[in-house]
Amino acid sequence: MEKNNIHKFEELDVDKFLAPENEKRSVLAPDGSIVEIDPLKDYFCQDRPEELKPRSGPVEKFLNWARAESLWVLGFGTGCGSIEIPPLVTPRFDMYRYGVQMRPTPRQSNVFIISGYLSVKTLKRAIRSYEQMPSPKYIIALGSCTINGGMYWDSYNTINRLDHYIPVDVYIAGCMPRPEALLAGFAKLKELIKAGKAENANEYARNFDWYKANQKKIIKDWNMPDFNW
Amino acid sequence: MIELIKDIESRFNTSDYIQKLKHLAFITVEKKQAISLVTYLRDYHKYSSLTLLTAVDWIEEGKFQLTYLINNPQNFTEIGVRVMIDRENATMESSHHLWENMATYQRELREMFGIDFPGSPRIEENFILEGWDNIPPYRRDFDTKEYTENTYFPRPGRESNDPATYMKSKMYPND
Repeated sequence: MEKNNIHKFEELDVDKFLAPENEKRSVLAPDGSIVEIDPLKDYFCQDRPEELKPRSGPVEKFLNWARAESLWVLGFGTGCGSIEIPPLVTPRFDMYRYGVQMRPTPRQSNVFIISGYLSVKTLKRAIRSYEQMPSPKYIIALGSCTINGGMYWDSYNTINRLDHYIPVDVYIAGCMPRPEALLAGFAKLKELIKAGKAENANEYARNFDWYKANQKKIIKDWNMPDFNW
Repeated sequence: MIELIKDIESRFNTSDYIQKLKHLAFITVEKKQAISLVTYLRDYHKYSSLTLLTAVDWIEEGKFQLTYLINNPQNFTEIGVRVMIDRENATMESSHHLWENMATYQRELREMFGIDFPGSPRIEENFILEGWDNIPPYRRDFDTKEYTENTYFPRPGRESNDPATYMKSKMYPND
């Protein structure tokens, strides 16, 4: 398709997508010396993720039991499904009784609910949040949009299959699933963790290049390090 | 509203006046006079509120149709000022000096339709799409289905039926 009539940015040597806070700069240290800072190298870890080796039999079993009984969910709503989360916290469905609770930052949580459709712009934020979560981490994909694109399957700006970008542990089908379905999803996730089958953080580390290639195919203004945690 | 339209027609080069509802009318004006008409309505006829600025792609005629929908909060009437601009190198005068929120609409139109508004604040910045490098997605020659199939990973096994042929095969299988 011929690309005519588009107003383009002028081609520059510098990275036009680099956010201002990530630019190289020199800073005055308290002792009077001047320190060069390159935030993309200094503030982020550029190492590849590593696989987490399971401990020996009973220890791993105990750890899995402990992990399953305290699921801390990242408070990040991506689509229309995020409206299903507030009823879960309130007394009618009350997810606290299953050891599930909400956390405000990725560093404090180990479950990420992708609640509905993901636009490319949101996917970028979701990937950053997912990579910042400490391992072991689990993903629940909510709604049909995360499975095959749902009603947005032919939209120019929403992804079709979530599992090509980040690994998914539990899918909850529906448009939208009710809070009961989410509770069933948590129960399923607990089952998987206790059985030692929810190892998708390792899966992500193993197939890191494949996931990164898929992500970079659609996120064209990649103005962050390859791996940020 | 008729007096107002007569007043406009005596002062500006307008055409295609349509009264859609009692309180809603559309009028087409030539490109050079569009911003002065909007300014005139705002300053002399109390159309002080901008409802929206939007565009329609008339690809067959090679035109974009811009609509400045402006509202008079005192007698609750609304006028849509329509302008036809060329699709090739689409540019329009910026009118961000009239309403502050106009700049946001103009940013959106630039990103989604590729219509330029030189001088509008932050017009170069991304609005919703980040790093878009194809033709603007709201243009009708952009094939969103083909783009999706090439860019995202469609899950195989999804079939969709054309409603006309599907219903015909269901209801009149012998035809």
